[in-house]
Amino acid sequence: MESARSKWLWIVASLLILVWTVFPILWIVMLSFKQPGEIGNQKGFLPHHWTWDNYRTVFKTDLFTSALINSIGISVIATFVGVVFATLVAYAIARLEFPGKKLILSFALAIAMFPVVSLVGPLFNLWRDIGLYDTWLGLIIPYISFALPLAIWTLSAFFREIPWEMEQAAQVDGATAWQAFRKVIVPLAAPGVFTAAILTFFFCWNDFVFGISLTSSDNARPVPAALAFFTGASQFEQPTTAICAAAVVVTVPVVVIVLAFQRRIVAGLTSGAVKG
Amino acid sequence: MAAITMKKIVKRYGDGFPAVNEVSLDVRDGEFMILVGPSGCGKSTLLRMIVGLEDITSGEMVIGDRVVNRVAPRERNLSMVFQNYALYPHLTVFENIAFPLRLAKTPDAEVKRRVNETAELLELTEHLERKPANLSGGQRQRVAMGRAIVRQADAFLFDEPLSNLDAKLRGQMRTEISRLQRRLGVTTVYVTHDQTEAMTLGDRVAVLRKGVLQQVGSPRELYEQPVNLFVAGFIGSPSMNFLPASVDGTTLETPLGRFEVRDERKAAALEGREVVLVGIRPEHFEDASLVSEEKKAHGSVVAAHVDVTEWLGNELYAYVPYEAPDDLAAQLRELSRELDGDQLRTQAVVALDASSPITPGRDAELWIDTSRIHIFDPSTGDNLTRDEEHVAELGRLGEEHREAKRDAQRHAERPAPEASTSEASTSEASAPEAPTEP
Repeated sequence: MESARSKWLWIVASLLILVWTVFPILWIVMLSFKQPGEIGNQKGFLPHHWTWDNYRTVFKTDLFTSALINSIGISVIATFVGVVFATLVAYAIARLEFPGKKLILSFALAIAMFPVVSLVGPLFNLWRDIGLYDTWLGLIIPYISFALPLAIWTLSAFFREIPWEMEQAAQVDGATAWQAFRKVIVPLAAPGVFTAAILTFFFCWNDFVFGISLTSSDNARPVPAALAFFTGASQFEQPTTAICAAAVVVTVPVVVIVLAFQRRIVAGLTSGAVKG
Repeated sequence: MAAITMKKIVKRYGDGFPAVNEVSLDVRDGEFMILVGPSGCGKSTLLRMIVGLEDITSGEMVIGDRVVNRVAPRERNLSMVFQNYALYPHLTVFENIAFPLRLAKTPDAEVKRRVNETAELLELTEHLERKPANLSGGQRQRVAMGRAIVRQADAFLFDEPLSNLDAKLRGQMRTEISRLQRRLGVTTVYVTHDQTEAMTLGDRVAVLRKGVLQQVGSPRELYEQPVNLFVAGFIGSPSMNFLPASVDGTTLETPLGRFEVRDERKAAALEGREVVLVGIRPEHFEDASLVSEEKKAHGSVVAAHVDVTEWLGNELYAYVPYEAPDDLAAQLRELSRELDGDQLRTQAVVALDASSPITPGRDAELWIDTSRIHIFDPSTGDNLTRDEEHVAELGRLGEEHREAKRDAQRHAERPAPEASTSEASTSEASAPEAPTEP
């Protein structure tokens, strides 16, 4: 930003992008506060009569509450397992010399590139045969395998940033390789671990394709899939407003998580490690 | 505490290049040993092999009475201060220092006591709850030292610990390290490329060149009786001057002029040779007009063209360019490059009395103390005039110094409270601990 003019350009551009991205969200929020009958009958962006009815409906519907529990459970478990795995793999990739290192990295990349949809058919058949269809595990497994590559790449970049001397110092101080990893490297890589965890969580939380094809009941159906089956309070009305309310409800945790961990992600924990 | 014995240690990297080649070195119990050499000479690699962070290709590393070639770093019971300190940024200063104790599962009360003692010794008490990121360079350095001395390690290893500090702080920390080492009496190996650190800290200094050990001895021995051109050129600042000379009986014909070698032993070294390199330290020159007749008699006077002078207040450096035969000039240039310098022209640096009226651009009469010259074989670089008797004597002297210094330190420890408070006030006054920016 070398001059006032370019500064203004930046501000205008950012505002445009902000409006562009925020508008749909705002629209959904507004819809969720309208009365079901208002849509299609009364014009206007803001609701004429603000109402919490839609939210009440949503939480009264078993379909939604069970889906919410499924979504939270599946996402949290998949994130936790995925990040633990990814941390170990990324550490090995960043620090150790072993044959096949390149292969693992390119394999991870290949998986990330793989079109998810093409796997749904085979998985559907396989899961039905081995009894994983419509279970939590049946979703957790594909989620982990598709989230791992990204997490591995993110984390290994973080590990590479940590000076080697940290570990060597720990080893000289009397730490085993595992202790050095746990007490020095993991805390230092915490921002990376959080980043990877959040990315993985979003991936699982937002997934629709697996959620709708590998489930058939309340057993394991996550929220994005459940929304499609939503009927609203009465079958004589379009459930648009209720769906919007549900959409807002599932967006809130994501926003909260990002806001809560933003500082941890951004904070450069490694500052002060070395001479500086 | 333990002695460290290295027997024919070799470190060969993947490409077959020996970074350390057949180094045999004996660090005695409680001794302060310096490893010094230009960058890339293998000194850090050797240190890392002692501590176990680098594998040993061949040879034997003995610490105490245990061969440690295959022992993991954590089982060697050594402590190390890294060049970039390697503090744990997520831990407070207290926990940083306590880290080795925590790993050893020391009881909490003991940890507290030892860390507080260490912090007091290093004047870190008021910083114990801070994070390393908020400390100044000197404070970080002290935390790194604290982490090293908090447990009873068999030896301390320092990898250029002062190279990231500014000149003033470096001087202070240097005396601090020396004091600490004598006080604790722990075997110490210290890697540096800084001459001052090497000369002032070490009981003995080991000079390395391209992975090969050149000479081990007390600082005085290295300075006065270097084994070869490399050591002679490396130790001392400004470096020793090397003048090509053709031999005519006991007379040397150098680019600066002819002079007679009167010392019998040195004259004997010239026998049967046509060309030699004469090594003269800058301070063994003097402005002839300032030298008494009596003193003049046991040296020689030459006429030289002074190119540039640098007056420093306490002395005066004069630069005397000279012509050297091409092959020798190339050899000297090569040597200078190896010593991390890049001397473009062959010139002698002479240190004269500051009152000398010598003017740059004119010819001047310089007196050379010919009794102090060294004569080197130009092909092998060996010092032909090394005096073994004198070396032995210097060795004894060095040993005496070491004992005396340690005794003095021990006695000084007795009235501990006064000693530490006076130190506290001096270092406080002279070390403004402003956080240093990267």
